[in-house]
Amino acid sequence: MVVIVFEIFLLTLLVITAVGIVRSRDLFSAVMLLGLFSLQIAVIFFILDAADVALTEAAVGAGVSTVLLLGALALTSDREARPKGRRLLALGVASITALILIYASFDQPRLGDPQAPVHQHVAPWYLEQTPKQIDVPNVVTAILASFRGYDTLGELFVIFTAGIGVLFLLADGSGRGARSQLPSAEAQGLRHHLIPRVVGALLVPFIVLFGLYVQFHGDFGPGGGFQAGALVSAGVILYALIEGEASALRVLSFRALAGMIAAGALLYTGVGLAGILRGSQFLDYSVLLADPIAGQHLGIILIELGVGLTVTGVLLTIFHAFAARAQKR
Amino acid sequence: MTAGLALDIGSWVLMLAGSFFVFVGGVGALRMPDFYTRMHAASLTDTLGTILILSGVILQAGLTLAAIKLAAIMVFLLLTCPTAAYALANAARLSGLSPRPEQTPGKD
Amino acid sequence: MYAATATAILVTMALALTRALLGPTIYDRVLAVNMFGTKTVLLLSVIAFLNGRPDFLDLALAYALINFIGVLAVLKFVQDYTMRHSGEERGQ
Repeated sequence: MVVIVFEIFLLTLLVITAVGIVRSRDLFSAVMLLGLFSLQIAVIFFILDAADVALTEAAVGAGVSTVLLLGALALTSDREARPKGRRLLALGVASITALILIYASFDQPRLGDPQAPVHQHVAPWYLEQTPKQIDVPNVVTAILASFRGYDTLGELFVIFTAGIGVLFLLADGSGRGARSQLPSAEAQGLRHHLIPRVVGALLVPFIVLFGLYVQFHGDFGPGGGFQAGALVSAGVILYALIEGEASALRVLSFRALAGMIAAGALLYTGVGLAGILRGSQFLDYSVLLADPIAGQHLGIILIELGVGLTVTGVLLTIFHAFAARAQKR
Repeated sequence: MTAGLALDIGSWVLMLAGSFFVFVGGVGALRMPDFYTRMHAASLTDTLGTILILSGVILQAGLTLAAIKLAAIMVFLLLTCPTAAYALANAARLSGLSPRPEQTPGKD
Repeated sequence: MYAATATAILVTMALALTRALLGPTIYDRVLAVNMFGTKTVLLLSVIAFLNGRPDFLDLALAYALINFIGVLAVLKFVQDYTMRHSGEERGQ
């Protein structure tokens, strides 16, 4: 009961933060408030028992998104441009959409209502079939990776496309080697700050290790490829911030990152095609091994690995693309 | 039974004390006159509140995996919080924000 | 007892949010975000026990590990900025 009060309190804070983000003209403040927004929404997901989503929000929102937004900010002005004209029209469209959405919400079942349609048809089926067909403790992983494998493949290709899009926008065709060898002082990172350097060197291995734990523990607890990819890239970004981007590129070069992006997508699709080759359907893992349940486990581990590779590659490529572009200015 | 009760009382005292310090830190961060004093209030009480609250929860968890995770969370927070405070103070100083309240530009 | 602790943390979060909205300098906002992050870790740990789901502590662990990266990025950003616009002041 008391948790519901917390939930309402946090939702109120969330609305206040959102208004603050919209009203602030200083984009730096907006980035910071977005960080707050992410923290609040992660707690709200957590209270709603949606640990997988909350972990995704935490992994992306805590480190990576702030870093990427600051990288984007370094390329532009930090003041929002005044919008020109058509403001009443925009207000009208937004209000009408809001009213329609509020009207639609009247049809929604109450939160936690056992009679809600989702608890009558789909959810019981998944809960019943997961132990029989897939046998992993975390039903979310079973749904995401196996029952709805197509959807996750689609999401993976969305991320893949986003990465390629950012590269098209930011890459400048001057050759990769030249960019990573800029001798500018900025490329030094925070190397002359002793405290972050020591603490960072201590924490980077733990972050990457925790990322791997989340990657391979996704069948049992909250986690999986998306979260693990974001965590591992947070670790590498921390290294890049402290030792400079050039050092991070020596560990994982642009070429290696591009390889990871492609390998992840290929791995996922390849597992799907293996299902066809072994006489069943696309993304049916049961036929991968003689024992259908072992086949499901193998398939889920492989596609989660593919997701993790692509997400890590895309996030780090975007980060390096922003950093390289900022250094050229 | 009495050992359990003593454990409960101990963890409650720790968590309540932690809550107090966390709250005081929040008030300090809101009411102190300039950035550096606000940061002082926030970062010090952050560390103490973290130790107290997490120790209280660890006492409740007993010898489980959860307790180990909580201990790890505590260690990592104790490492990262001061580092973040260091980085933040450095950034503010670097940008020319003066630590003397009467020279700090801005409204409040 | 978990509920009382969680309430105190939530109230502190509201105070931090007020500081983030008031500013006045951008560093006050960064400070508020960082504070809010620590409070989030504590709140998640407490709520995990309040709800009886201690296996969800992974989330708090993730925040404890990577929440400070944002602040380091701010330091790097300001450092690069002052290097690029040396002479110009940024502390509003």
